[in-house]
Amino acid sequence: MERISMREAISRALWEEMERDSDVFIMGEEVGLWGGTYAVTKGFYDHFGEERVRDTPIAESVIVGAAIGAALTGLRPIAEIMTINFAFSAMDHIVNEAAKLHYMFNGQFVLPLVIRTVSGGGRQLGATHSQTPDAIFAHFPGLKVVAPGSPEDAKGLLKSAIRSNDPIMFIEHATMYQVRGEVPDGDYTTPIGVSKICRKGKDLTIISYSKGLELSLNAADELIKDGIDAEIVDLRTLRPLDMGPVIESFKKTNRAVIVEEGWKSFGVGAEISSRIYEEAFDYVDAPIIRVAQKEVPLPYNRNLEQAALPQIKDIIIAAKEVLNG
Amino acid sequence: MVNEINYLDMYYQMVQIRRMEEKAAELYQQGKIGGFLHLYIGQEAVSTGLISARLPQDRVITAYRDHGVALNCGLAMKEILAELLGKATGVSGGRGGSMHMADPSKNFWGGHAIVGSHLPIAAGLALGDLYKKKDSVTICMFGEGATNIGYFHEALNLSKVWNLQVLWVCENNKYGMGTQVNKASAVTEIRQKAEGYGIPNERVDGMDIMAVRKSSIEALMQVRSGKGPYLLEIMTYRFRGHSMGDPERYRTNDEIKKWEEDDPIGNFRKYLMREKISTEKQLLEIENKAEDDVAESVRFAENSPEPKIEELFKNTYFTD
Repeated sequence: MERISMREAISRALWEEMERDSDVFIMGEEVGLWGGTYAVTKGFYDHFGEERVRDTPIAESVIVGAAIGAALTGLRPIAEIMTINFAFSAMDHIVNEAAKLHYMFNGQFVLPLVIRTVSGGGRQLGATHSQTPDAIFAHFPGLKVVAPGSPEDAKGLLKSAIRSNDPIMFIEHATMYQVRGEVPDGDYTTPIGVSKICRKGKDLTIISYSKGLELSLNAADELIKDGIDAEIVDLRTLRPLDMGPVIESFKKTNRAVIVEEGWKSFGVGAEISSRIYEEAFDYVDAPIIRVAQKEVPLPYNRNLEQAALPQIKDIIIAAKEVLNG
Repeated sequence: MVNEINYLDMYYQMVQIRRMEEKAAELYQQGKIGGFLHLYIGQEAVSTGLISARLPQDRVITAYRDHGVALNCGLAMKEILAELLGKATGVSGGRGGSMHMADPSKNFWGGHAIVGSHLPIAAGLALGDLYKKKDSVTICMFGEGATNIGYFHEALNLSKVWNLQVLWVCENNKYGMGTQVNKASAVTEIRQKAEGYGIPNERVDGMDIMAVRKSSIEALMQVRSGKGPYLLEIMTYRFRGHSMGDPERYRTNDEIKKWEEDDPIGNFRKYLMREKISTEKQLLEIENKAEDDVAESVRFAENSPEPKIEELFKNTYFTD
């Protein structure tokens, strides 16, 4: 085991897969000479060359559209969308093409496509550059949506995504590249569509993913000081959603808090809580609470921005409330 | 390398398309075909002439007016009609319908129904071939209406920047649904848009299949030689409405009549006889054969099974 950053974990997954399979290549804005705006592909251009690390125009439709076309020919493109906010410019290709081609043509088209992108606020980039709209992408059957919360999962899940024959949105978080964690040595993959209990506890279940997981783990460290032992489930994949560990944990604790960075309305928490009510209603001891972003376009000012984003203290308050419920 | 010309086969394909589409209109009116139905009647020379010039390794991708293109690419008429009827034996197993037909084994890549959306995909198909150093050209067909949306511009730009082997083929039938080209496009001569991207281009008479074929051969040779993308603007006209639900308030009967006199099938028929390439008897035989094909294909489609309800979720993902 080695302790590395999220950035390093993602970078190594890409590097190792490109070394392993010459059909894997990267295309996107500033992925080449610049080395990626989050420095994930630093050194790739010099090592793999411009054919496999392709700088594109700032034109998201054709980035995703051309990656789809290349995938149809049997290649394994990794299309990088600099931030998820720009994925809206490619929405048609993501939802009307990538998510549908395999089904709509009766399995004739195969899309081994990864769209790597970066979600999340907290960097004072203002409303257009700070969104966490992960749930929107999880709405569409045919697309898979992966959002890791640790370096170990980031590396293993990205390798699985690159080897998969399905179109996958791989969503990283803008403020997590420095997060460090233990990563197994050598080549390993982490299965897509499998949630995981990543902290054992008995009093309540906190369900989250990506940045929300980091906040939840920190909240759990605080809660234990008050004698509250939270169990934490990391969803890791939003679609296909694995409710197994969530239900298993909930049947034990009977209380749940769901933490997401995106807006509460129509979000991940709405989906998870509905499913718990549908699948484990008899086990519900208290109303499920959702911790999420306030319903405003995210402001620039640091204090305002942090007031809108979910905080560790919000999770602590929610946990105590759900235990009193 | 150029495909040997097969005049009679070209004529046969054009007549097949015409008869198949007429039958499709009938089946639609009988309520046997659901959704939208966009007919290719009037535009047969474009696809037939163009695809007669392609080599087997060349990919074809088009928009939603795709039945004729599918037939030219070698898809079976009975499977096209079965798809229109939503049957399990259809080219897309009844999942796609009129606008979503494809067969990669015939190098036909669809059948894409969002206007302009397949142009970036075409650039990607060509990127795949560039990556693998293949000697293929991707032929991407679209209507003039698709040249006003951003996808067209992003795709043409990238094809030139990366020197992709794409032959862009604009079928200018003068109307994007019911809106005349001059009301929707800053320039009515669509080929001018290629100029802005440094892409060589040519305007061709799409009612003359020999002209279409000649220009297609030259354009494909140029693209294949590594000189980058090329754009053909092929002037044509659809004799029927945009789709079956078209009120046709945007053009006059006189206009339609004038164009019908320039019927691409009639033109080619006259050419074949004038040049003594075939006799009227031969052409009549071909016409009868096309009618028989349609009758047989309709029988096949009508007698084919419906897709199984228990297979509703099949192919949502490659791996579940």
